[in-house]
Amino acid sequence: MQTSRAPGVAFIFKKALISALVALVLFSLMIGVRTEAGSDGQLTYWTRFGDLAMMVATVFGGSIIVELLRQWWGPVGTVRVVPAQVTSALSLAGRLVAPVLLIFTFLVPVIFYNERYILDLGILVLTYVMLGWGLNVVVGLAGLLDLGYVAFYAVGAYSYALLATNFGLSFWICLPLAGILAAFWGVLLGFPVLRLRGDYLAIVTLAFGEIIRLVLLNWQSVTGGPNGVSGIPRPTMFGIPLSPGDDGLAAKLGIEFSPTHRIVFLFYLILALALLTNWVTIRLRRLPIGRAWEALREDEVACRALGINTTTTKLTAFATGAMFGGLAGAFFATRQGFISPESFTFHESALVLAIVVLGGMGSQLGVALAALAMIGGFELFRGLDQYRMLVFGMAMVLLMIWRPRGLIGHRAPTVFLERNQAISSDLVKEGHG
Amino acid sequence: MSADQILSVDHLSMRFGGIVAVNDLSFGAERRKITALIGPNGAGKTTVFNCITGFYKPTSGSMRLAHDDGHTIQLERLNDFRISKQAKVARTFQNIRLFPGMTALENLMVAQHNALMRASGLTLLGLIGAPSWRVAEKAAIDLARTWLERIGLLDRADDAAGNLPYGDQRRLEIARAMCTEPALLCLDEPAAGLNARESAALSELLLSIRANQGTSILLIEHDMSVVMEISDHVVVMDYGVKIAEGTPQHVRDDPRVIAAYLGADEEEAIAVMESGT
Repeated sequence: MQTSRAPGVAFIFKKALISALVALVLFSLMIGVRTEAGSDGQLTYWTRFGDLAMMVATVFGGSIIVELLRQWWGPVGTVRVVPAQVTSALSLAGRLVAPVLLIFTFLVPVIFYNERYILDLGILVLTYVMLGWGLNVVVGLAGLLDLGYVAFYAVGAYSYALLATNFGLSFWICLPLAGILAAFWGVLLGFPVLRLRGDYLAIVTLAFGEIIRLVLLNWQSVTGGPNGVSGIPRPTMFGIPLSPGDDGLAAKLGIEFSPTHRIVFLFYLILALALLTNWVTIRLRRLPIGRAWEALREDEVACRALGINTTTTKLTAFATGAMFGGLAGAFFATRQGFISPESFTFHESALVLAIVVLGGMGSQLGVALAALAMIGGFELFRGLDQYRMLVFGMAMVLLMIWRPRGLIGHRAPTVFLERNQAISSDLVKEGHG
Repeated sequence: MSADQILSVDHLSMRFGGIVAVNDLSFGAERRKITALIGPNGAGKTTVFNCITGFYKPTSGSMRLAHDDGHTIQLERLNDFRISKQAKVARTFQNIRLFPGMTALENLMVAQHNALMRASGLTLLGLIGAPSWRVAEKAAIDLARTWLERIGLLDRADDAAGNLPYGDQRRLEIARAMCTEPALLCLDEPAAGLNARESAALSELLLSIRANQGTSILLIEHDMSVVMEISDHVVVMDYGVKIAEGTPQHVRDDPRVIAAYLGADEEEAIAVMESGT
């Protein structure tokens, strides 16, 4: 072992030395010399060679550690022999993850009944799970890169907010309306972008998201502009309000009123909506339309040769994804009670897309895990203050090195004769647009 | 010209800018027969295919498809997916275009998209799991199973198409095209890259398709053993024009064809032509 490592030592040192040299050149001016405007406007500067030395030493040490890790891991594409017991245990664990997670989610309001913070976080995570599953239809299944998904979230939220505040319609009537309106906007976006592919599609969808936000911001007479819409009615349990009054749910059931009831109700509401999204998506995958989406991602030319109308196939993918975004938006509006264009920035689109990519495009379980990791993990790092983003970014980079096709990269077939075996991510295409 | 032609191409021309890929080409494909389109590289064979299957819009000319029940369709008036959906013309590609990340079975299910969309009530019946949909889905799986059996891939039905050996992928692509239940099957170099044994299996498959399904076949092929063995009619192209047509025997002995293939110089070719005609 020692002899085989010996030539490596010189190599590692050489590499670390080069890295340190590059760091020295880069940081000598950036960190080594500090310049500032003096009291009379003249240039004052002083040196910080101590900090510079520390930085270069860190790079030197870091590059040795990285190289050692690489050697330990082996060259790219190394197949590690895993004992059979470990593989079977892992596959058993893999099968159990989804049901265990689902049961745990159902029990969250029971376990954490008195911890408002956890319940709120759970609602937030589930909202993003639903958004992730919705976007997964467009990006993961149909392979159409959509950077403006937040537009449909906004359409759903404003649909409910405006219909409820102006016409007094109840949440349960507005919810399907919000979905339908968002789907309509999905088709509207779909039409002009049908001919676009790849980067061009991404740019146009990005612009679409911004257009919707800017319209909401500037159409003061309808949307209230930057002031948003406030006083959005809270959801009722099919007409029974969750309020302390005599006609409230608590009074009807004869139990003491608690504000937590509403939170628990919201939790189960978004859980039901998310599970509906999941159920519909799983069903659609096994129907011809879902197979056509995946075929479109694999090879659009072959689809056309098989008589598949690629135009309507793409439009249905956009509409279905948008509809789920709209439903999630309506839920968001009723939960917050107040919405403004600030909630629907590009940041949200990027976050949802990151969840889909991180989870493994097309995988329902992967998206759920990624939403949990992204939203929950972000909260977990709250104690790190300003370094939170740094840690978070590093975690994402590492994950993408370790699993470039997402947490769950393989694809499950939609139909099988004998064996239901997963398809390796190497074969599955990412889509062209 | 025979009366019972499924496809008749008349004065077809295709220009790309200044380049004339196909120049005033006329030929026909007979019903329930195998017609081969051959010619040296760059003769314009694939361009003709792309015109027939709607991937290109021809500069001029007409292509008429006559179905068994007598109704005719002008192919140049339909575009891309409608050629397969309405005119029932299916095709395969020179460089295989399967859906590599989907299983062999799924590939054959995607091919039955239009029939299944109708059966699933444009998804609504399928979403609620209506009995009529279940029956249709089972029938589709059975059709796919039949084709997998015929191409000898039943035991690899659940493997990703991208994982199959090259020869199997070629046969799977033909089976996928057949699952659209076409009237005319267009094959672009189906024997390319196959070994002798696989070529023989391919010939057998194509002959059985013609015999059992009654599908008319139009194929581009470089492998002369396949062409000579299975074709009923051969059309030879060079530089975008038809230079010969007839039975395999007749074409094989045609001096112009020999000249085109062997690349004889011009004078020699003219001499051969004059002596031949």
